[in-house]
Amino acid sequence: MNSGDTTWVLTSAALVLLMTMPGLAFFYGGLVRRKNVLSALMQCFIILCVISLQWVLYGYSLTFGPDAGRGIIGGLEWAGLKGVGGQPFADYAATIPHYAFMIFQCMFAVITPALIIGTYAERIKFSGFLIFTILWATFVYDPLGHWVWGIGGWLRNLGALDFAGGIVVHTSSGVSALVLALLIGKRIGVDEHTFTPHNLPFTVLGGALLWFGWFGFNAGSALAANELAANAFVTTHVATAAAGLAWALIEWQQHGSPTVLGVVTGAVAGLVAITPACGFVNPMNAIFIGIFVSIFCYIAVARIKTKFKYDDSLDVFGIHGIGGIWGTIATGIFAEKAVNEAGANGLLFGNMQQFLVQCFLVLVAVTYAATMTWVLYKFVDALIGMRVEQKQEIIGLDLTQHSESAYTLVE
Amino acid sequence: MKYIVAIIQPHKLDEVMKALEDIEVNLVTVSTVLGRGRQKGLTEVYRGAKEAGTLLKKVKLEIAVNEDFVEPTVGAIVKGARTGEIGDGKIFVLDLFEVVRIRTGERGGKAIG
Repeated sequence: MNSGDTTWVLTSAALVLLMTMPGLAFFYGGLVRRKNVLSALMQCFIILCVISLQWVLYGYSLTFGPDAGRGIIGGLEWAGLKGVGGQPFADYAATIPHYAFMIFQCMFAVITPALIIGTYAERIKFSGFLIFTILWATFVYDPLGHWVWGIGGWLRNLGALDFAGGIVVHTSSGVSALVLALLIGKRIGVDEHTFTPHNLPFTVLGGALLWFGWFGFNAGSALAANELAANAFVTTHVATAAAGLAWALIEWQQHGSPTVLGVVTGAVAGLVAITPACGFVNPMNAIFIGIFVSIFCYIAVARIKTKFKYDDSLDVFGIHGIGGIWGTIATGIFAEKAVNEAGANGLLFGNMQQFLVQCFLVLVAVTYAATMTWVLYKFVDALIGMRVEQKQEIIGLDLTQHSESAYTLVE
Repeated sequence: MKYIVAIIQPHKLDEVMKALEDIEVNLVTVSTVLGRGRQKGLTEVYRGAKEAGTLLKKVKLEIAVNEDFVEPTVGAIVKGARTGEIGDGKIFVLDLFEVVRIRTGERGGKAIG
């Protein structure tokens, strides 16, 4: 047991909590219209409550518990944290308490479904959202996490590399978001005119908190206060800087002015893309990953979405889906054993095999997340409905789902 | 000259503006207001304390027009704002005594548009 490692992982867990609440909540809250800002904050907050409980009750055991067979799912031996305690579980992290590893991972399980809320923002029914979220965490996040990260997980055994969640967190939530956008349909009036963000300073604040918290997410995934953590910290920082700048330059060239929403969006895309790679690549290659993610995500958000006219309202697919897929494939290109002995060499270092494994990983995650999301949406929609009535959507989710208003016009 | 004041649903603003553009009425002042008609507001709850029938957000349009434009303008607002549901709003038409264009000092009908 190492007190430095323990301190860092516990601190990182708190940093990742900060990413969901208030980071992501305000990032999204600023982007929606005034009448829906509380619904975005509420959805993030309730996910923090509900999925934290789901995690300790059975989610952690399904994801990281002893393999129940063939690397498909963890067993229920650790349900209710039975047998999980202060002593390290060496197969995951030998120098920190098992509790520290568990609570760090809890924050990942929380933020993943919270990322999804951006796709069905401004029209989701709260009760349907709650049930869907619990089912999604149970049937998409937990199995996928087990496959990639769990001892005995079948993708892990194939040699798949995902340092901090490019597949498990971002690709899974991003692809599910696209399916949900298609299933739930467009917001009323979105075809006629653009819905402008109601408070961009909130979005900048939230985006900056995401950047800050992401150091816990990525560097914390080293699970120790060591040179690997420092490498992940540095690559995370420079990839994000490169992506933010790249997006601003693209917009400047395309529209004549760089926007603050653009630079924040680019930075978040950079954070997403470096997530699977941060512990396997060097800082110069991280800059490449950052530049390219902004190019790919810009095309997805500004071209593909406009062409196909799906209403992925806050661009969860465009940023997290595309960014996560690119980051996972980029890991197969830029990874090198000189950075992380436990990793592998990528395409650039002569290892075609790793590149193919990463592509396969994307294929599996995309197929699984998309299929399960479709099934779960249809199920919950039939059960209690996923979309609010037209009139409620027009009045806004704050008043109709939560009986509150964020702002008053008179005292 | 008439002064037309319309209270409409916020989400119908774009359609009303479009309908006004179609009849070449481009000058309009818009503000966000709170209101309540026969449509009661929704109840809000803060830490268990209920606030019944809160005011709902509406949009107010103000348009000054010459006599020829009164009926087309009223028609355009109705066309853009009507859903058939309670809460669609009201239009008030008032007599307008004088208009002054600040830049030129012009008065009356020729200052209006």
